[in-house]
Amino acid sequence: MSVGIGGRLEARNLAKTYELKSGPREVISDFNLTLEPDTLTVVMGPSGCGKSALINLLAGYEDPTGGEIYLDGKRVQGPGPDRLVVFQETALFPWLTTFENVAYGPKIRKELKGANLERTVLDLLKLVGLEEFRDKYPSQLSGGMQRRAELARALINQPQATLLDEPFRGLDALTRSLMRDYYLDLFEKRKGTHLFVTAELDEGLTLADSLVIVTNRPATVKKILKVDLPRPRVEAIRAEKEYLALKAEALELLHEEAIKSFKAGGLNSADFVGAYAALA
Amino acid sequence: MPITKRLTKALKSVALRRGLISLALFFISWELCARFQVPILGAIPAPTEVLASLAHEIVSGYYWRSWGTSLARILTGFVIAQILGVPLGLLLGFSRKAKEIVFPLIEIMRPVPPLAWVPVSVVFWPSAEMSMIFVTFLGAFFTVVLNIVEGIAAIDVRYLRAAASLGSTRRDIFWRVMLPASLPSVLVGMTVGMGITWCVVVAAEMIATNTGLGYLTWRGYVAGEFPLIVVGMLSIGLAGYLSSALIRRIGLHFTPWLSSQ
Repeated sequence: MSVGIGGRLEARNLAKTYELKSGPREVISDFNLTLEPDTLTVVMGPSGCGKSALINLLAGYEDPTGGEIYLDGKRVQGPGPDRLVVFQETALFPWLTTFENVAYGPKIRKELKGANLERTVLDLLKLVGLEEFRDKYPSQLSGGMQRRAELARALINQPQATLLDEPFRGLDALTRSLMRDYYLDLFEKRKGTHLFVTAELDEGLTLADSLVIVTNRPATVKKILKVDLPRPRVEAIRAEKEYLALKAEALELLHEEAIKSFKAGGLNSADFVGAYAALA
Repeated sequence: MPITKRLTKALKSVALRRGLISLALFFISWELCARFQVPILGAIPAPTEVLASLAHEIVSGYYWRSWGTSLARILTGFVIAQILGVPLGLLLGFSRKAKEIVFPLIEIMRPVPPLAWVPVSVVFWPSAEMSMIFVTFLGAFFTVVLNIVEGIAAIDVRYLRAAASLGSTRRDIFWRVMLPASLPSVLVGMTVGMGITWCVVVAAEMIATNTGLGYLTWRGYVAGEFPLIVVGMLSIGLAGYLSSALIRRIGLHFTPWLSSQ
């Protein structure tokens, strides 16, 4: 559990255009972003602006139509355990127990085995409070437990970058705020380079080292706000002047883009979901 | 839970009592219809006659040989269908190229009901036994292949992506993701396929042979022994139920994550 495992993840002039029956659709264009090692970057933008597409490109699930991705200066293509994704809802394997899910990565890459693997997995399960649920299947876990198990499944691989695509979506408000605290604690203890996509401004600001506001489609970086609030963060920072000023600025920027998205047809996000389903 | 405890609990349940009442009413009205020769319905032999016929059959070697023959046909056809169908289904699900080559052929063959194959397979296969096993095989084969292909196509892309990110090779993805993820559909295919095999074998036995439970039922009709028809029907129903239950049982053993909510 070393501190400082994070890599520098860079998107250079990243672009993605989908060829649809209705013609080409530019989803991401000229996207430049550097995630500094061991920082937490939060990405926000209007719904359907291409945030999920960005995650898919960075994770290597889809190939960009332009630009490149670099990890510690080396170009990366295709998926790999150096950039792990924590999915919307949950993508734990339903046929594996909590323990087997978390052990999956190191086991198939033959990095750990036997007692060594068991100890590492159990340590991590303890850290996320799931050691008593090691032999349960995902369907037997609550929503919050599933998210923690999924975090553990990613973190055990000590990825240089962790990409979280609205990981707490679909949780009730209380569980969501508990999960946020859990995650914040985990990040502050273990570090790593994290990219966190969310639609909740307070969640984003509480977590972020920097908050990236993305424009309406085609997505490009509109502005990067530095969030220089002290860590470890607590709920109380939300009352601080600096926090409130940042929040006001972010709201303004997000509002501008939301208006554009609305003017562009309002069906924006539904369009995108349809386009994505056609390609998946 | 121990079996005795489960049994007492089941016996006390309201649902069971309601079920028993409806069954009792059914048999009583059936018996009355037969006794009083109610028009049309009265032609069916009374439950008491059926029971007498059953008692007579149960001690006869012929009755049990019919069970054995039908079961052997079912089992042979069904097992061959699984041996060929499961790997084919997995291949078609895993390889787009294989699917593009083989699938149109399957799509042409599949809509032909297995029973429509009876005449041609009687001509084609050297023995009636083989032709019967062949149609039984057909009944289960397409069902299992299609269920696996659809099961694999329906796998959530996030599982495949998560597996790829975690460093899985193509082989890992096949064995550790596609196979377990499609297992529930394989089992559905097997259960449905088993039901179809019974339909097919019974009809085929009536048409093309003089052995098995299907023929036993048919013989009841031909010989005018009407209680025997009902005995045959009930036996086939029971056999179908038992074989499907067995598959479900085996299935639960291989998919523990589905039964542990």
